Amino acid sequence: MAEKDEAKEKRKIKAVARMKEIMTAYYIDAKTAEQTGKKVAWITSGGPVEPLIAMDVIPVYPENHGAMIGASKMGIDLCEKAEAMGYSSDLCSYARADIACAPINGGPIGGLPRPDMLICCNNICGTVLKWYEVQARFFKVPLFVLDTPFCHTGFPSEAIRYVKNQINEYIAFLENVCKTRFDHDRIKEVGRLSVEGQRLWQAVLDTTMNRPAPLSAFDAFFHLALIVTLRGTQQTVDYYKMLLAEMQERVAQGIGAIPNETYRLLWDNLPVWFRTKWLSEKFASHDACLVADTYTSAWCYALRYIDENDFLGTMAECHTRIYLNIGVDEMARQVMEMVDKYAVDGIVMHSNRSCKPYSLGQYDIQRIVQEKKGIPTVMIEADMVDARSFSESQIETRIDAFIEVLKERKS
Amino acid sequence: MKQLVECSEALADPYGYAERLKAESRRKIVGTFCSYAPEEIIVAAGAHPLRLFGTGEKIRLAEAHLQSYCCSLVRGALEDALSDRLAFLDGVVFPHTCDSIQRLSDIWRLNIAHGFHLDLVLPVKLNTPSARRYLVDVLTRFREELGAKLGITITDADLRAAIGLYNRIRGALTRIYKLSGDRLGILKGSDLYTLTRASMIMDRRRLAPLLEGVISELERAPGGEAETERKRIFLSGGVCNHPDIYTVIEDAGGLVVGDDLCTGSRSFDGLIDAKAEPVAAIAERLLERVVCPAKHAGLTGRADHLVRLTREKRAQGVVFFLLKFCDPHAFDYPYLKEALDREGIPSIAVEVEDRLPADGQLRTRFEAFIEMI
Repeated sequence: MAEKDEAKEKRKIKAVARMKEIMTAYYIDAKTAEQTGKKVAWITSGGPVEPLIAMDVIPVYPENHGAMIGASKMGIDLCEKAEAMGYSSDLCSYARADIACAPINGGPIGGLPRPDMLICCNNICGTVLKWYEVQARFFKVPLFVLDTPFCHTGFPSEAIRYVKNQINEYIAFLENVCKTRFDHDRIKEVGRLSVEGQRLWQAVLDTTMNRPAPLSAFDAFFHLALIVTLRGTQQTVDYYKMLLAEMQERVAQGIGAIPNETYRLLWDNLPVWFRTKWLSEKFASHDACLVADTYTSAWCYALRYIDENDFLGTMAECHTRIYLNIGVDEMARQVMEMVDKYAVDGIVMHSNRSCKPYSLGQYDIQRIVQEKKGIPTVMIEADMVDARSFSESQIETRIDAFIEVLKERKS
Repeated sequence: MKQLVECSEALADPYGYAERLKAESRRKIVGTFCSYAPEEIIVAAGAHPLRLFGTGEKIRLAEAHLQSYCCSLVRGALEDALSDRLAFLDGVVFPHTCDSIQRLSDIWRLNIAHGFHLDLVLPVKLNTPSARRYLVDVLTRFREELGAKLGITITDADLRAAIGLYNRIRGALTRIYKLSGDRLGILKGSDLYTLTRASMIMDRRRLAPLLEGVISELERAPGGEAETERKRIFLSGGVCNHPDIYTVIEDAGGLVVGDDLCTGSRSFDGLIDAKAEPVAAIAERLLERVVCPAKHAGLTGRADHLVRLTREKRAQGVVFFLLKFCDPHAFDYPYLKEALDREGIPSIAVEVEDRLPADGQLRTRFEAFIEMI
């Protein structure tokens, strides 16, 4: 027993404690912004945060808030509150939960700090636009919309020009709200740190190319927080350097995320925040490790378009051509690249009621990948925050059957 | 009225209508999905724009591509395409609308072999100079791409002729709405539905004189009152595929005096400046017309418009007609309701999937609502 505990202790990722420290300090900073005179901007997860960092504005992420609400299992209560306000139960549960929090300062951290401005980039969905309109009316603060035309099959020149123009409008908007000039030297430094952070995050994710994988997608869901919220800071770079070193050390020592990695799986879509522990244990009990996912890698997807020496100039393309803003066939290609890169045996797809751009098209991706890669896939019907859309017995049966298929193929 | 009979026949079998039109006129048929589709350019290209509304048929084939939490409009349209009921289409145009239509376009492109496929990635934001420029750019590209698909050059003269035709149609529908509002009872709500709906399906060259014929008949015919014993009801929402709703409201003691539906007044809102550069003029109307909730042109535009219209029409109650799983409309509903509450206008929301709730249930709800007004 003692030995077992020791092995378990060894598998724990040490950086977790540091991440908790950073995130706690960040939220305290944000919650006390009114006292310190700093401005707070609410921004979507796919939005350009770097100009905010360069302007000393504290970025706050309602989507991260949604994830926290889900993880702390407060989703049902808050979603029901939103429904009582008139919002349909079919709407995104992040949006519902966050909208319900605002008037009552609800949720795990007593509500997000009041925004001075809202920055909405619709590269991830059309939902954020509606959600931010709701909050702009509620808080009566200015809203900037960065409209990134959807790239079904390409990124035409007029779309590039349109987004580039909006980057300039964004900067003018910030100067106007903050009443200070935008520092073009500072953005170069922030941009450099942002790129470095993204490269490090990609390097962390890539350590799972090793067998056994030193971390799983469930770990990545947690360690993702900084590349989303504090991209472009030294702190983020330092943190991922530390995490990368720890992962490399684990690789050297052969420490895996799970005890007996036999099956290597890829996760698609957002996490089921209120069931990450259950799912992670469920897969681990079958010796299956989720070695990669399409979600956490989305924050370094832009690396292929970025030029760190012309950060502002390439920002338009980086934010427009992200994973969710491209066609289903292009998404399938990305998934297949990951299947090869991480030597994946099968795919777990979360059909997420809350997220139409991520979920509609999944059946086609599933078919394409099955045909071209010949690996089994399983579809789990759930939701990222609203636990009412989670049927444990049904999901358990599906996972068990899926693992049986994997087993047969291995033998 | 014979014009109504003609429109009803087309509506009863829109695909059959389009196929006959194609055979008789040798025109290409181009499917579209949204009231922001620049139909003027399609007509200028000598083709016939046909708005697709999904199917009344059971969803079988589309189940393999779209989850159950996707709206019936998107699932229904894909079902029709997969089951070859749309095999007569020469092409389909997907204007950027919402997350679901966006994915429908991808799935369609990957699974439907026949006909050309054009994405028209319109701006979502409509209230800035850069969005205006981008809209003109994408419409210009669309003009070229559509011309290339159809093997023709769309000239400015073609565009001007189409703009003239659409101004006639939109002007006529506006006039018909006005007449039926001023002289209540001369047209039933379901008749207005039929005429508006026909404007998205029928040959537009036939439609313009047809609607003008309706106007002259209405202007000649006696009858119609400015006042009514019935409760004045305003319909608000997106796509409405259910003419029965007018009858149910009327049977419950109400009368539909106006709407802001995507398949209603929003579809013909605003004329195009016939003298301006044609593509820019088409863009201008799209920017200025009342906004769809999937687009952004400020924070309170839709509520302001709704309140203004309900005042104009002296509506006593509003029925929100919401398509299940339509996110943009569902997000707007609470704030629109709140705006009406502030005005003291009672409202009720009806959520509809592919068919109306059982007749009795809806009737009881409307009766209770109308009694309460």
